[in-house]
Amino acid sequence: MTVETIISFLIFLMILGAVVAVEIKDLLSSVVSIGAVGVILSLTFLLLQAPDLAIVQLVVEILALIILIRATVTRDSVNYSQREIFVKVVTMIGVLVFLISLVSVIKLLPPFGEPKLKVASYYINEGLGIKNNISETGAANIVSSIILDYRAYDTLGEATVLFCAVLGVLAVMRKVGRKNEREK
Amino acid sequence: MKEKNNNSGMTLIVKTITRLTVGIIMLYGLYITFHGHLTPGGGFAGGVILALSFIHLILVFGKDFVIKKFSEKIACVFESIGAVLFLTIAVSGFLAGYFFINIYGKGIPFNLFSAGIILPCNLSIMLIVGFGLFCAFLTLLLFISSKE
Repeated sequence: MTVETIISFLIFLMILGAVVAVEIKDLLSSVVSIGAVGVILSLTFLLLQAPDLAIVQLVVEILALIILIRATVTRDSVNYSQREIFVKVVTMIGVLVFLISLVSVIKLLPPFGEPKLKVASYYINEGLGIKNNISETGAANIVSSIILDYRAYDTLGEATVLFCAVLGVLAVMRKVGRKNEREK
Repeated sequence: MKEKNNNSGMTLIVKTITRLTVGIIMLYGLYITFHGHLTPGGGFAGGVILALSFIHLILVFGKDFVIKKFSEKIACVFESIGAVLFLTIAVSGFLAGYFFINIYGKGIPFNLFSAGIILPCNLSIMLIVGFGLFCAFLTLLLFISSKE
């Protein structure tokens, strides 16, 4: 299975999730399916080898999901009291699985200051000009030269995410809609 | 006490101190942005500092004072200019080959005008982040105050 097929399958899932989010009656289910769309988008970014963008997408999606769930739960109240024991047991199992996997992953970490990944060595050698004394970017700050020269495409994506977020705030809270609400 | 504005916002002491310091905060944000390729920082941090200086003004002098001089529509225009500038820099790389290539002169390292596209990129990110966050904060504030 090539990457293209996986990505087209994920895009199909995203379209499906978006359609479900629009069509479904329950508001909370709609929000959850929007969250699923965001997670699949993050996976797609990961497959397209833009890990920084995937992390930003995931974090922003979680934040948006929390805000949206907080906004919807106050309206249609879900009663948790009937299955209190079930919720507690599921939470305990989840925490236990998380802790066990955390401990097993921490054992695999390399010691501090000895990274196994050598991804950064190319950028440090060429960007700062350590090897042949000619800096590839001309920038003294290596972090800046990575995010705005080598990996500028990722930065464009991050700036687009922020731009669209502000656009969404302005669209939802514009004055025209508020006037109409008052007239009703 | 004579003006109407003195009733909104915080006390006279805070207003006086803010009047002295807010320009320095804005200048610091610009410094962080323009030295992004030399010292730690860059467009994102500088933009957040710039947005915080505007939010500082809103908190101290009240929102009407700020909106009179710098409404959310002007902030929107500045943010859009930043986004268009960033895309223009990216597309201008096609003149030399591919997307986002560093076409301008590299210059001498540790000079202010060096490192090609990094300085204008930092500037455009500062515009997007700074005026975007300011715009979002102002819009939320207007939304809350219109409900009351």
